[in-house]
Amino acid sequence: MLDDFLVRAALAGLGVAIAAAPLGCFVVWRRMAYFGDATSHAAILGVALALAIDLPIFGGVLVIALLMALLLSLLTGRGVGSDALLGVLAHAALAFGLVAVSFLPNVRVDLLSYLVGDILAVSKGDLLIIWGGALAVLGLVAWRWSALLSSTLSPDMARASDVDPKREQLVLTLALAITVAVAIKVVGALLIAALLIIPAAAARPLARAPETMAVIAALIGAASALGGLLVSFALDTPTGPTIVSLAAVIFASTQTMRALQG
Amino acid sequence: MSALLRTSDLSLAYQGRTVLRGVNFTLNPGEIVTIVGPNGSGKSSLLRALIGALPPARGKITRKRGLKIGYVPQCLVIDPTLPLTVGRFLNLPRRIGAAQVAEALQEAGVPDLADHQMTALSGGQFQRVLLARALLSAPELLILDEATQGLDQPGAAGFYRQIEAVRRQKGCAVLMVSHDLHVVMAASDRVLCLNGHICCEGTPEIVASAPEYRALFGTGTQGALALYRHEHSHSHGPDCDHSHEAAE
Repeated sequence: MLDDFLVRAALAGLGVAIAAAPLGCFVVWRRMAYFGDATSHAAILGVALALAIDLPIFGGVLVIALLMALLLSLLTGRGVGSDALLGVLAHAALAFGLVAVSFLPNVRVDLLSYLVGDILAVSKGDLLIIWGGALAVLGLVAWRWSALLSSTLSPDMARASDVDPKREQLVLTLALAITVAVAIKVVGALLIAALLIIPAAAARPLARAPETMAVIAALIGAASALGGLLVSFALDTPTGPTIVSLAAVIFASTQTMRALQG
Repeated sequence: MSALLRTSDLSLAYQGRTVLRGVNFTLNPGEIVTIVGPNGSGKSSLLRALIGALPPARGKITRKRGLKIGYVPQCLVIDPTLPLTVGRFLNLPRRIGAAQVAEALQEAGVPDLADHQMTALSGGQFQRVLLARALLSAPELLILDEATQGLDQPGAAGFYRQIEAVRRQKGCAVLMVSHDLHVVMAASDRVLCLNGHICCEGTPEIVASAPEYRALFGTGTQGALALYRHEHSHSHGPDCDHSHEAAE
């Protein structure tokens, strides 16, 4: 069954979507959208590093994404930083990454596949990494759920209840870096943040509790991944962008539904 | 029972700037102490240091062993993208169950809110929910940081009455920062006037008549109190220059 590239693609998309959705809820609640952007754009720099020193792509991206996320945490406190600073870092990371890749000699890099993903080329080994990473992220977020939620609401109040908001920020940072590393093959560096934010935002009108929002976001993410795969197969469109487009259509419809209900 | 907490020669810095220096302060069980002072006088920094969110730059803070603190923050902005009922909010970070939630809401004066969304509450309801949350840990000390910000006068007065009722029922000490001078001065056992250091402290009557306090806040607040003259000799020393007139 895993010999079918479509099955592998579907499983890869599912893994990333399900891991990204609950994490994405925190990205939305904490207004870290640009933070996610900057971290995922730095992935290209990670690709360059991996290719340059012959590291697995996953490893290179993980290291750079982690460094970028830590740097951002440092610069911006809770991740809610100056809009301009985050904007600068998000785009600078991408630009430097692209420049770095161009320096690599003798490597025929299909840049586009790192920018928009290449889900149809996912191997069995990739699947293992994607699901390993996805389960790690899910586990991390589930384990720290209450503490994360508390420090999202108010760092000071969390501290008064013996929750260390700095540690929870680190947990999010780590989860974000892992997500970026496993998602680059699926949707590419440009659209990873979309997979974090759009399903969560689409789930908001349907939820009355944070837990249900995370579950609904995961379902929307999964539906977008599978549906996007099918649509892109039928219409011969690039798969990663099709997945994100579908998620955006779902977002538009839940928002419209909410607006119509008043 | 001995003091709940005590600071000795406590200095605090915020973003590299010293905001408070040389604070010696003791809080006893069951008393209501209010901190007043102009913006930037170190009020919030002091509270944050007492709950452990801001490490001292100098000096130290001694808490009673196992001291339970309930904290009501200055403001809590919940992003509208976060769906959260009052009941779920009170179950953070630890699950406590519906019975305790109902009891805490009752004590805070908002018994029927458990199923409401946090973002749909009025200002007064919201502050009472924060109070309910602080009460959950059965605190010996309740710390409130400008908890009535954004409430109108009757709302603030109602909130302070609630605090007093809670103190009567629970016997917990209350330490709060406030701008509502009239109400606060009347409701406190002791007032601490800050402006980068402790300007003056004592019962509301003493503080209200202190020249340092009047220099900061004018004489308008005296009307709310039964006043008597109190001469207050006070020296700042050479390294402690600040203008008491600046805030007028």
